[in-house]
Amino acid sequence: MAILNARGVTHFFGGLAAVSDFRINLEPNELVGIIGPNGAGKTTVFNLITGVYSATKGSIIFEGTQIVGKRPNQVTGLGIARTFQNIRLFKEMTVLDNVRTAHYAKVKYGPVDALLHTGSFCREEERIISRSMDLLAYLNLETHAGELSKNLSYGLQRRLEIARALATEPKLLLLDEPAAGMNPQEVDRLMELIRRIKIDFDLTILLIEHQMHLVMNICERLIVLDFGETIAQGKPYEIQNNPLVLEAYLGKEMQG
Amino acid sequence: MRPRWLLPALLTFIFLVSLAVHHFELLDLYIQLILMYVGINIILTLSLNLINGYMGEFSVGHAGFMAIGAYIASLLTVKIFPAYMTAWLFPLAVLAGGIGAALVGLIVAFPSFKTRGDYLAIVTLAFGMIVKSAIENIDALGGPRGFLGMEKLSTLPWVFFWAALSVWVIRNLVYSNFGRGVISIREDEIASDLMSVNTKEVKIIAFVVSSFFAGVAGALFAHLLQFINPRAFDIIKSTDILIMVYLGGIGSIAGSILGATIYTVLLEVLRPMGIWRMVFMPLMLVLLMIFRPKGIMGLKEFRWFVPIRDLFASRLWHYKRGEK
Repeated sequence: MAILNARGVTHFFGGLAAVSDFRINLEPNELVGIIGPNGAGKTTVFNLITGVYSATKGSIIFEGTQIVGKRPNQVTGLGIARTFQNIRLFKEMTVLDNVRTAHYAKVKYGPVDALLHTGSFCREEERIISRSMDLLAYLNLETHAGELSKNLSYGLQRRLEIARALATEPKLLLLDEPAAGMNPQEVDRLMELIRRIKIDFDLTILLIEHQMHLVMNICERLIVLDFGETIAQGKPYEIQNNPLVLEAYLGKEMQG
Repeated sequence: MRPRWLLPALLTFIFLVSLAVHHFELLDLYIQLILMYVGINIILTLSLNLINGYMGEFSVGHAGFMAIGAYIASLLTVKIFPAYMTAWLFPLAVLAGGIGAALVGLIVAFPSFKTRGDYLAIVTLAFGMIVKSAIENIDALGGPRGFLGMEKLSTLPWVFFWAALSVWVIRNLVYSNFGRGVISIREDEIASDLMSVNTKEVKIIAFVVSSFFAGVAGALFAHLLQFINPRAFDIIKSTDILIMVYLGGIGSIAGSILGATIYTVLLEVLRPMGIWRMVFMPLMLVLLMIFRPKGIMGLKEFRWFVPIRDLFASRLWHYKRGEK
């Protein structure tokens, strides 16, 4: 059964169709990429899936549940996590607290326990701390646990965003331009990391990326958007030679 | 590492001292009065800091919650409780004042789902005005003439107890899942929502806890002054609380305590300056905002207020892993 199935998803900003008739079918443990020129509606698709925007038309089904109209925290609670194109960490919080915050939906105590710091509160907090530290260690960030996240270098901030997303215990992970601003060596290491988390955390991954090297190497399937429309779908090598895709990126050949 | 019993022992000791001071009049009554004002202001500052400092919203109607607590508690002790029992039932009156304010805080939390920043500030400003003019128009509460007849039930030990309770509860909240939710809303509300934080729930908790303690402070204030009128809870009062928050520093418990103490004491010390006091104080604030814009303790915390678990979280984990 498909983990994510979207059909006819359309979203308007005023009169502009930012995304129209978007469809996707993700099988468990797939790694699919969304590409397209700037302004094609890629991030809007992520915002629609995660509930930041509510689709004007269409349906998005995640593991049998309709998620159009759900609030972002509910969608994340169901098992969809994401990272952001322009890093959105909680800057004035420590690295560890960034990851602890993302456990919100999984915490098993109520407000009264929190106000009184009861025994069950303390046990649960210790569990969250140790799980958060394990996640940080997995991403080689454990030595930075006590630093404010705004003080991390750019590359480490990107890794922390992934750690924070993993803390919500997702089944589907959405990565929005994870390689933005990285040099080729860093991109290679990132590809390795994406492959590794996919296996270790049993994830399905949907990613937006401009770096063709990364996209062509790790994605099993690609979706190409242009002006909100899906213009092509298929295996990376098929996409590479698709005339519509070339046209979207490079423009039409002059006639005559 | 500090021993676990140190803080409770210290608090009990101070409480006993305050009892002794109250009973045997070890301190001048005027100084006791100022200490009580300091305590009440600490409660108010902490309460507002939760909304403005930790959550990053801007509430300017906090005196409204204070007024609700003050009037509810005063009504109870003057008109409802039997006269011979008021001294015993006073804690209940304070609690009721807090709960009444908290219920109203629950209502104010709802606009905060939709608006934030400047717009929410307008909502809270309007809320403060509504409370004031509502009281002015209810004759049973004395209208604009005010309400009196309260006994002087706020004593140094009681004020200390409630101030310590507010420090403890707000610290507990801040260092919990919900507290991290509150801070993450300040940092980036959309990201917070997308990291599974139920921002509506968090805002409700923050507003309810904050207005509860503002109500408590109002109840204590009413039974210290023994006279309240709507003008005591106008925008000037709200501004006073704002000043204490930003003087002490946003997002800090130690800062709230410092801000409230310094501001209250300084206002008293400068009393001989007469009208010039109102020139000096704003000037000091302007200078503070230029040279230390985050306040004295902005976003920093005195180690004693941080739970040991949080203070040593990563070191403890490294230590345990090293053992394996």
